[in-house]
Amino acid sequence: MNGLHDLGGMHGFGPVIPEPERPVFHAEWYKRALAMTVAMGNWGRWSIDESRHARETLPPADMVNLSYYERWTAGLVTLLLRHGFVTRDELREGRADANAARETPALTGPEVAAVLARGSPSARDLDRPPRFQPGDRVRTINAHPPTHTRLPRYARGHVGEIVLYHGPHVFADARAHRKDAPAEPLYAVRFAARELWGPGAEAGHSVTINLWEPHLEPV
Amino acid sequence: MAHDEPHGAHHHHDHEHDAHGLPSEPDLKVRAIETLLVEKGLIDPAALDAIVDSYENRIGPRNGAQVVARAWTDPDYRERLRADSTAAIAELGYSGRGGEHIVAVENAPGVHNLIVCTLCSCYPWPVLGLPPTWYKSAAYRSRAVIDPRGVLADFGVTLPADTEIRVWDSTSEIRYIVIPERPAGTEHLGVEELAALVTRDSMVGMGLPKAVAA
Repeated sequence: MNGLHDLGGMHGFGPVIPEPERPVFHAEWYKRALAMTVAMGNWGRWSIDESRHARETLPPADMVNLSYYERWTAGLVTLLLRHGFVTRDELREGRADANAARETPALTGPEVAAVLARGSPSARDLDRPPRFQPGDRVRTINAHPPTHTRLPRYARGHVGEIVLYHGPHVFADARAHRKDAPAEPLYAVRFAARELWGPGAEAGHSVTINLWEPHLEPV
Repeated sequence: MAHDEPHGAHHHHDHEHDAHGLPSEPDLKVRAIETLLVEKGLIDPAALDAIVDSYENRIGPRNGAQVVARAWTDPDYRERLRADSTAAIAELGYSGRGGEHIVAVENAPGVHNLIVCTLCSCYPWPVLGLPPTWYKSAAYRSRAVIDPRGVLADFGVTLPADTEIRVWDSTSEIRYIVIPERPAGTEHLGVEELAALVTRDSMVGMGLPKAVAA
């Protein structure tokens, strides 16, 4: 979707402000917002891509005005409602419905370290060879789906070169919307800065983007 | 001061407390959601504590610094890192969530790598921990791809005019870590001393390792 999450190449957001390595969290509630999102994800009802798309579909004004963990929290609420974990009445009242079943948490304290160390790898097997090889020139498709996509606007319709083949990975554009999404070959595609930004960009600079086969056409 | 700034310049409702010391609106909202989810048996508060503890105290940029210091001192390790970064990083005990597949990109004379995620905030969690505020900011995500020298200048980093800057726009499937160049005059240092020179920002490409006194 062409939303305000897709920021590459925009102007006007001001300088980048450095910060020291610690503290990791700048407010206590950031800790809980992060941890709740991780813990609820462990139920396995939604993919990371659906979770990301839930944040992207916030109203554009909220995308700009909410802080990072406010956007995470808003995305989590969207998912909790969509997947039936809570009701609007429960959120409004701040307590469980009297008839609601009491569940057993999907993730307990002692399980956390092992679950984090395992993660959820996106690599899959695929019964066909990749269409492109490192060194091949490719053009990105010019497409503007209203759904989730990892092809940023600034890189659409441009010619680049495959520099790495990452193997088949679940296609995020599809998995944001359905659980049985297929795997597609994933590449790192390098674009000259001047191809993306015109003659004002420095010669020799480049931007390399992870893109799946459906994002690419042969040149 | 609000550290996790919203992208708009004039809103600061993520303060932890207001002028009267009362909790902020998002703080109250998050507490209300946690209370409800605990009451329904959907989350275990002890799991939340363990997740926070992991990212505050165990999973952070000191992990990545170990990877870099090993790559600087052990040519065989460096080769394994080139061949399969994820496996080489796992040798040191770092793996999993937010970095299931990692590719290490090496700086070299005349080549500087810079990592960004323009669409969200993908970052190699097992080796660098949670991303700093600036990495998640609209300022960085918008400009790193179009004006890499400009964002580096914001951090006081000036590279030679003929240095090729390679920006990597990440996705969550493949996350990148920069292996910076080993500083001059460090031949006598061991792995731990070298790791102390490796800053978080240098592993994103927004800084260089600390120099040693000549």
